[in-house]
Parts: sequence; structure tokens; C-alpha cells
Amino acid sequence: MPGTAWAAWPERPITLYVPWAAGGGTDATARVIGTLLEKKLGQPVNVVNRDGGSGVVGHTAIAQAAPDGYTIGIATVEIAMMHWQGLTKLSFADYTPLALMNLDPAAIQVKADAPYKTIKDLVADIKKNPGKLKASGTGQGGIWHLALAGMLTDLGVDPTASPWVPSKGAAPGLQDLVAGGVAIAACSLPEARSLIDAKRVKSLVIMDTNKSTLFPDVPTLKAETGSDWTMGAWRGIVAPKGLPADITKKLIDALDSIYKDKEYTGFMGKQGYGIRYAGGDDFLKFWQDSDKSMGVVMKKVGLAK
Amino acid sequence: MGSVVQAMELVMRPDVLVAIILASAFGLFVGAIPGLTATMAIALLVPVTFFMDPLPAIGAMIACSAMAIFAGDIPAALLRIPGTPASAAYADEAYAMTKNGQADLSLGSNLLFSAIGGLFGTAVLIVAAPTLAEIALQFSSFEFFWLCLLGLTCGVFIGGNNPIKGLISLFLGLLVACVGLNNPAGVPRFTFGNVDLMGGIDFIPAMIGLFAISEIIRYLISDISAVGTPQEVIGNLFKGWGTMIRKYWRQQLRGNITGTIVGILPGAGADIAAWVSYAISKRFSKTPEKFGKGHLEGIVESTSSNNAALGGAWVPALVFGIPGDSITAIVIGVLFMKNMNPGPTLFLNHPEQIYAVFVIFIIANLLMVPLGWAAIKGSKQILRVPRHILMPCILMFCIVGSFAINNAIFGIVIMLAFGVVGFLMEENDIPVAPAILGIVLGPMVEQAFVTSMIKSDGAALGFFERPIAAGLGVVTIFVWISPFLVPFIKRALRPAAQA
Repeated sequence: MPGTAWAAWPERPITLYVPWAAGGGTDATARVIGTLLEKKLGQPVNVVNRDGGSGVVGHTAIAQAAPDGYTIGIATVEIAMMHWQGLTKLSFADYTPLALMNLDPAAIQVKADAPYKTIKDLVADIKKNPGKLKASGTGQGGIWHLALAGMLTDLGVDPTASPWVPSKGAAPGLQDLVAGGVAIAACSLPEARSLIDAKRVKSLVIMDTNKSTLFPDVPTLKAETGSDWTMGAWRGIVAPKGLPADITKKLIDALDSIYKDKEYTGFMGKQGYGIRYAGGDDFLKFWQDSDKSMGVVMKKVGLAK
Repeated sequence: MGSVVQAMELVMRPDVLVAIILASAFGLFVGAIPGLTATMAIALLVPVTFFMDPLPAIGAMIACSAMAIFAGDIPAALLRIPGTPASAAYADEAYAMTKNGQADLSLGSNLLFSAIGGLFGTAVLIVAAPTLAEIALQFSSFEFFWLCLLGLTCGVFIGGNNPIKGLISLFLGLLVACVGLNNPAGVPRFTFGNVDLMGGIDFIPAMIGLFAISEIIRYLISDISAVGTPQEVIGNLFKGWGTMIRKYWRQQLRGNITGTIVGILPGAGADIAAWVSYAISKRFSKTPEKFGKGHLEGIVESTSSNNAALGGAWVPALVFGIPGDSITAIVIGVLFMKNMNPGPTLFLNHPEQIYAVFVIFIIANLLMVPLGWAAIKGSKQILRVPRHILMPCILMFCIVGSFAINNAIFGIVIMLAFGVVGFLMEENDIPVAPAILGIVLGPMVEQAFVTSMIKSDGAALGFFERPIAAGLGVVTIFVWISPFLVPFIKRALRPAAQA
């Protein structure tokens, strides 16, 4: 169509940056979205991994790309956290939010033979013996660390009463739980899935308003304690700041229909990943809220600069 | 049993089998070219594995490494130039046999005993790994700390004749491992405000640099145009296999056991296994005077040993994520990329994948016989490939591979820098293996140390409170002080001997 230069978008392949390594959960999510986006837009979508620096490298690459619609990326919850630690200046203001596609709520795991029956038992023990029950599940200041610290704060317990042992992701943290090195592992249910199935660990609570479809027996924090605290790792598709409005709309429409696509929901369900949608301004609002609550917790546990 | 059947189904797929056969051919070619090592073959294979499913990728690496170690024997026997360092121990011996007109016998024994050695190492892997994994499931950061430290120690004391040079190399590796944000505290170190450096120094481009670029630089400054063409006519390779197995069963078994043990030890791989086995063979031989003049005995023992080491090296790699040699160091990186994170939980979560790895090992060692036979028959053509065509091709592979790891030019920068470093190290007889171990194990040691200290509330005694940790700790400290103890023990024994 003659007229604006953007009318023909997309006329060449699109690059989708993933700020994490190939083979992980973010990579898998990005790849299924990329495949479906290719079908909707009629142009190849190349998924490119830019791993490193706890996501700093890849998130920087997305923000610094030209806002022409040919470079987009999958942003993860870390983008709402890293600027509080002074690792980057990037925040929601440096991107065009397109659509939130996934949310995996935090859950609290203990060893299968641990004496705790409910989250209340565990929290009572933490309160009674500060410093005794160590917890793990991700790096220092990682999402699951903040989830646990925020939950304890909300329940009126000093977050440092359960000292955090940094680990390289949920898997080594869970292994340390099985080995007896730590007493608590905070991570998402899909991450703990195989060890729950193997009856090596049990899950006490999920920090979400709804129960998980993967493990419907795990109660929500609200039901168990009345606390309104929720926290989860999220992933959303973003573009560099200043993306033209018509391209933004086309992308949001495409992502909206992908979210409703059986291929997407089927894949996410099979992997055990939670799905949550918020398009455009709703995503921005969600992102800002997430950013704010991260800041509060991080200040509380002394991680924010 | 269900897992075993499932594993067979996983492996017996056309894509897995095709990957294994192509990687075998690649391994045979690279192994047979002098100067190009088995580790380099694996490093060049990594970018290709990006585009594969986990099992074909792992199958390709297993087959490639086994073939390369065997193929190193071909130029050793025909030209007296070992194709890989793992064949260096008996290159003179094998060449002497060739000059005596026994090239077919020598190469035939290489082929037979490489395959048997590989199968022996595989058998140990199959038996030992799942058992160890059950124990390792009880390991916390305290045990991992000592295990990593023991690995670093072995790397220095086994890797070369000179522990000081080994230490220099190790600390270089540890320094590289410090760079970036991926440390327990999440604090940027040595990044100079550079976003790329925040991601740390990627291990694979560093390996490609250390092993491949350094070799290209070495080729550039030397002026070897061709290595020479073998003139020998090779007869029936399968001649005398039955007699050899009967005559040398003792040497072969000893080589297998030594090789597997050396393989399991971190930092020592096929090359050291071959040297150790050759020395043992000579020491215990009834006819040591025949060694060096074209005698089969030592060849049998050390050629069994270097292939047995390959399977052994996978034991700590799969169970603890601690590499047994430089090949498995790369393999671990690929396992992580393929979401098959090594460690005891891998045995719990994906037993069928572990069994599939075992099946691939067996297939690769059985395939070695027909493919190896073809490689020996075609050795004249392989060795005739001119260097000035080969080297640019390798350089191109290196660049593509280093870029593909993270889709960034920065990978190429790392590769080139480490190529120069590797070249300078080798020119000064500083071994590269401890540096690699430092890069791989450095972050693990730090992680284990910091988490342990947090768990024990800062009490160093925590490292000795759990029984296995205490045992590992005592062994590690003993290895450290043993060089200082030896003179004392000698002195203490001397008066007694005189009296």
C-alpha cells in the first residue's frame, strides 16, 4: 500500500531476542511464541539467545535495538529487579510493552519427610528459631529469594530469620534440599515437579490468588494464612522504546490471538508453565506494579542500592 | 527395565544414528591429522550440536571423541607423528613396527584394543555411575566443595611434570572464572562497566581458542607444508586378532583398568592414561629390553588405556558435573545447554537418557571396528590433505562456532584472545588442562564455599561436620601436604635402613 513507509510491515524476517540460554524455560516459551508469530505475520521469526550476566546482556540488547518492529524480545521478571540493585539503568521506561504471556507463581517446598504439615507450621518454626532454617532456590536477590522474603515480611516475620543460600537456579537448590543442606526451597511448581513426583519433596503453599492446575492439592497463601502476598516469575514480549503505534497494535493483536491459540496453551500446559495475559497498557501496569513490589522487598532485605 | 527399553528406542532413531556415523567420520579425520586433537574435534562440534536434539548431540560427541583417540594411532604408526597427544606415548614403538614391515599388525592391534578398551570403560561407567549417583544425592555444598577442590588438585599434580607450571595455569583459569556477574553474591567483577563482560567469559569460545586457534598460530609460524605421505602397503588388519587377545590379555586388562581410573580422575585424560600405561607395561614386562624396538606389548596396553579413559571421564561428569578430562569439560557445557544438567538428579529425573548415553557408548565402540578399518585403508588420502587448505577451513569453523554460542561478536573476541594465550602457554611448556579445569570448576568451588559458609553461619569447621565431607577434606589436605612430607619420610626412613 502506498502511503506510510510502515504500511508493508513486516516485509523481512523478525529477530526475537531471548536474554537466557537455549534449553531453558524462557527459551522454550520464546520459541513456541516465535513459531506461532511466524504463522500470523507471514515472515520468519528468528529466536536468538543472548545469555549472560543474569539477563543483563540480553535485556540490554533488546533495549538498544532499533524500534522498527524487526527486533523484539522476551523480557523476564529480572528486568523489574536489576535496576534496584544498580546492575543496569534499564526499566519498563526503556521498552514498549507488548504482551504478558506467562506467570509462574512462587511455591514453598520442604523435604518430603519434614515435620511441617502446613505453611503455618513452617513459618512458626522460622519465627521461633531465627537463622536456623536456611532456604535456597536461586541466586542472591533472585526472584524466589524475594518471594520468600516478601512472604515472611507480610506475615510479620523478619525476612532474615530464614537466611538465603544462593544457588545456580532451582534445580541445585532443590537438590540441596533433598541432601539436607537447606530446609526450604522456594521455586515454581513446574521447577519442583519431578522431585514432587518422585516423592522427595513436598510443596506447602503457592503464592498466587488461584491454585495451580499442575498440583491442585497445593493451597494458596491466602487460604492458609489470609495474607494477600503474591509473587511469581513472569515473561512478556517487548520491543525497544518508541515502536510506532501501528506496528505496536499489529504485534499486540497477533500476540493476543497466540495466547488464545490451542498450540500455545497446549504447549504451556504440557510443560506445566502457568499462563497469564495482559496486552499493551495492561502489561505496562502489571510491570510497574511488579517493579514497585520488588523495590519494597529488596529494600527490606537490603538488596536495593 | 522399562528405562532400558525406552533408551534403546531413543537411540535407534535415524537422526541419532546418522549423527553418530557422521561424527565418527569427522572424529576419524580430525584424529588422524597430526596436531588436531580430539578435544579440538569436540570443540568444533559444539556449534553444530546447537541445531540437534539432545541425544543426537551427545551421541555425536561420544562417537567423535572415541574415533579421534583411535585415529591418532594411524599417523603415529605410519609417520611417527601422533595424530593426537593420546597416541604420543607409543608413536616411536608403533613406527618401529612399521619399519619392521608390521604396520598391519600394529594398526590392527590399535583398532582391536581401542575398541575393547572403550567397551571396558563403558562397562565401568554403566556400573559405577548410577551407584555413585545414589550416594551423590546426599551431597550438599560441603561435599561438593571438597570434591571440586580435589579435582583442581588432581589437575595440577597429575597434569604435568611441573606442579608450579600447573599451578600457574590453574590460577589463570580461576581468574578467568571470576569475571562477570554470575557469582554467588551477584556482584560484577572485572567487568570494567562493560555489559558483555558482565556475562562472564564464555567457556566454549575460550576452549576453541586454546585448542584450535593456538594450533593455527603454531602452523603459521612454522613452515610445515605437508606432513609427508606414508609409503607402506597395509595388509590384512584382522590378522592375528585371536592370538593377540590370548597372548596379551593381561596387558590389555591392566591397560583398561589403569585407563579407566586415570579417566575418572579430574584433569587427566586419554593422553596421560597412555603414558602411564606404557610405563607400567615396560616396568612389569618379562622382556623390557624389546620396548622401543617395535614390540607389540606396550602398544596393546596403552592403546587399550587411552580409549578406556574416555568412558571413565564420563563418570564424574555425569554424576557430579565435574569433568574427568578436557573433552568432558566441553560435554558438560553442552549437557547444560540441552537441559540435561549433569548431577545426581539427572539419574532420578531422566534415567532413560542416561541409559541412552550408555547405549551410544557401546554402539560407538562397536562401530569403531568397521569405520576404523576404512580410515586405516584410506589413511594415505587423509594425510595428503594440504595444510594451507585445511587450516583456513578450521579457522572458519572456529569463527562460526564462537559466534554461534551467544550470537555475539564478543565470542570471537574471546576466542582470538585465548588463542594467543594458549599459544604462549604451550610455547612456555605451561599445560593448558589445569586452566580449563580452573575455568570450569572455579565457579563451582566458589559457589560451594560461599553457600557452605552461609549454612554453617561462618564456621569453617562446618566443612568437617558431615562424615563424607570430613573424609574428602582429609584426603584433599593430605594430597596438598604430601609433596612436603615426602622428604621428611625419606629422612626418617634412612637411619632405620642404615641401622
